[in-house]
Amino acid sequence: MPLSTSSNFALPDDAFRAIVEAHRGLTDEQSADFDAALVLILANHIGDIDVLREALVLAKRRMIDGQQQQQQQQ
Amino acid sequence: MAGANTHQAKTQFGYRRHSDQDRPGQNPAEHPVVVVGAGPVGLSLAIDLAQRGQRVVLLDDADRIGEGSRAICFSKRSLEYWDRLGVADRMVDKGVVWSVGRIFHGESQLYQFNLLPEDGHKRPAFINLQQYYAEAYLVDRIGDLPGIDLRWRNKVTAVEQRNDSVALTIETPEGAHRLHGQYVVACDGARSSLRQMVGAEFAGQVFEDQFLIADVKMTAEFPTERWFWFDPPFHAGRSALLHRQPDDVWRIDLQLSRDADPVVEKKPENVRPRLARMLGHDKFEFEWISLYKFQCRRMDRFIHGRVIFAGDSAHQVSPFGARGANSGLEDAENLSWKLDRVLRGTSPASLLESYHVERSGAADENIRESTRSTDFMAPNSHQEARLRQAVLSLAKETEFGKRMVNGGRLSVPCSYDSPLSSPDADAWDAGPRPGCSMLDAPVAGQAYLTDAFRQDGTDFTLLSFSNGAAIDAPDGVKDILIGGESGLADPSGLVAKRYDAEPGSAYLLRPDGYVAARFRHPTREAITAALSRAAGLN
Repeated sequence: MPLSTSSNFALPDDAFRAIVEAHRGLTDEQSADFDAALVLILANHIGDIDVLREALVLAKRRMIDGQQQQQQQQ
Repeated sequence: MAGANTHQAKTQFGYRRHSDQDRPGQNPAEHPVVVVGAGPVGLSLAIDLAQRGQRVVLLDDADRIGEGSRAICFSKRSLEYWDRLGVADRMVDKGVVWSVGRIFHGESQLYQFNLLPEDGHKRPAFINLQQYYAEAYLVDRIGDLPGIDLRWRNKVTAVEQRNDSVALTIETPEGAHRLHGQYVVACDGARSSLRQMVGAEFAGQVFEDQFLIADVKMTAEFPTERWFWFDPPFHAGRSALLHRQPDDVWRIDLQLSRDADPVVEKKPENVRPRLARMLGHDKFEFEWISLYKFQCRRMDRFIHGRVIFAGDSAHQVSPFGARGANSGLEDAENLSWKLDRVLRGTSPASLLESYHVERSGAADENIRESTRSTDFMAPNSHQEARLRQAVLSLAKETEFGKRMVNGGRLSVPCSYDSPLSSPDADAWDAGPRPGCSMLDAPVAGQAYLTDAFRQDGTDFTLLSFSNGAAIDAPDGVKDILIGGESGLADPSGLVAKRYDAEPGSAYLLRPDGYVAARFRHPTREAITAALSRAAGLN
C-alpha cells in the first residue's frame, strides 16, 4: 500500500490541534524530544517500511524545495 | 599473561627448518595451496582442506599463539563448522555456554532476550572461549592431520602473481626462500601484509568513539549471560558490557569519550577504579587490557589473481555482534570446498568467484549490522541521541521499543543471494530457502541432523523425506533419508517441521551445509541440474 496523502481524518483540524496542544508549554528541546518519540510510535503503528520510506522522502523533499525557493529569492 | 600459560594446550612453538628452504631460488617447491596466518580462520581452513584430502602449507610469522582473549564469542554456526573439523566438543567442554542477554538502561533492566529459545539443536547459541584456547585446540587438531605442514616464523615478504601460481618470498630465522602455491589464501588479519603486497585498498569507516576492553579474573556470582548497559550508574552517559569467559575471567567493555587519551586510559591504575565502580569491589586481577576504535572496512575484491583473502584481512567489523571471528570462520567454510573442487578439477576455477560474491555480500551485511549498533551506542548528532533516548524510554513500556534497542545484533549465518542457488519452483511456507544455512534438528538416537551431515566427510548431500519411493542421489552426492523403514527416524517431528517437509520433499545441501535447491517432487533431472549449478559447472 503506498503512502496515503489524501485527507484521512474526518476532522483534520482536530488532529492538527491535538498535536499543537501537545507541544504547548514545552521548550524547543522538550518539543524535539516529544517529536522523536511520536515519530517512532507512529512509524511502528504504520509498520510498513515502504510507506515509511515514502513518508521520509516526502518530508525531506519539502525541505529541499524550501531551500531551493529561498536560494531563488536571494 | 597468566591466562595464556596456565592451560594444558601448547601455545609456544619452535621454528623448524624445512627441506623446501634448501632448494635453489630458481626452482622453488610447488604446493597446491599455501595458507598465510595461523589464526582461527587460517587454522580452520587448513584443517578443512586437509580433511578433504588436500596438502596444505600453513605459514605464520610468529612462533606462538597470540596473547589476550580477543575474540570470545563463538556462534552456533561456528561450532557446527568446528564439529565437522573434529574440534567442537573440546571447545564446548572448555567454553561457557550462553544464550540469554539482558539490556539495562540506567539502574533498570529494559528487557532480556534468548538467542536460542527452542530445543532440538546439538550446539548452543554461543559459547564464550578465549581466542587463545580456540587456536590452541585447532593447532592440536592439526597434529592429527599429516596433510598440513604448519611452519612457524615463516613471514611472507613478497608476493608475485604468475600465470599458474603465486610466488611467495618467505623470511625465516635462517634467511629467505621462495615457494610457489597454485593458490594462496591470506588469513593474516586486519593489518594483512598480503593485502598491501597485492596493492588492494581496505576502505571503510573508522568511528571516533573509543572502547576499553578489560578482561579481569575474579570469582563472581553474575549469571552466564550477556549484560549490556546504556548509561549505567557506574559509567554515566556511556555504555558497558559484562560477559563471562572460562577460568573465572570476565570480559568488560567500557565506552570512553572521543577525546580520551589511549595511553592514559589503558594504565591499570586508571582502569581499576572504573571497574571497581562497576563491580562494587576491587577484588580482581587484570588478564588483558586493550583499547580500540570501531572500524568497518572491506576489500573491494576478496580475490586478487590467485591470492584469496579470508577473515579480517578481507573485512573488519565493530565488535558487539560477534561478527569478526565468526564471519571469518564462515569464509573458511565457504571457501574450502570450492578450492578443493577447483584443485581437483571437478569444478572450474570460476567457482571461486562465488566465494567473493557470497562472502562479500555477507561482509556487507555484517558491516551494516555492526554500523547500526555502533551508531546506536555512540550517536553522531543531537538528534540521533534524541531518537535513541526516545527508543530507550519507549522500551520500558512497549515491545516495539525493546526491539529497536540496539546493544549489538549477534551473528547468525548470512543468507546468500547466490548464482549457485536454484530458485524455488514449488510452494514452501517455511524451511531454509536456497542460499540459507541448513537447520539442525534431533534424529533417532542421541544424534542430530548436523551429525548425519558431517559423517563420512561433507560433500553435496541430498536430504530427503521418505514417501516409499526413494530418489537416487546422483553420483558423488551423499544421502540422508528421513523416515521410512531405512531412513533416520524423526521422533520429535522437528526435522519435518523445520524443513516444512512433506513425504517426498528433498533438499540439496552444499558441502558447507547451505541449501542449494529444494523440491516438493524431486526428479533426477532437477537434482542433477541444481547440482551442476551449485558446483559452478554451468
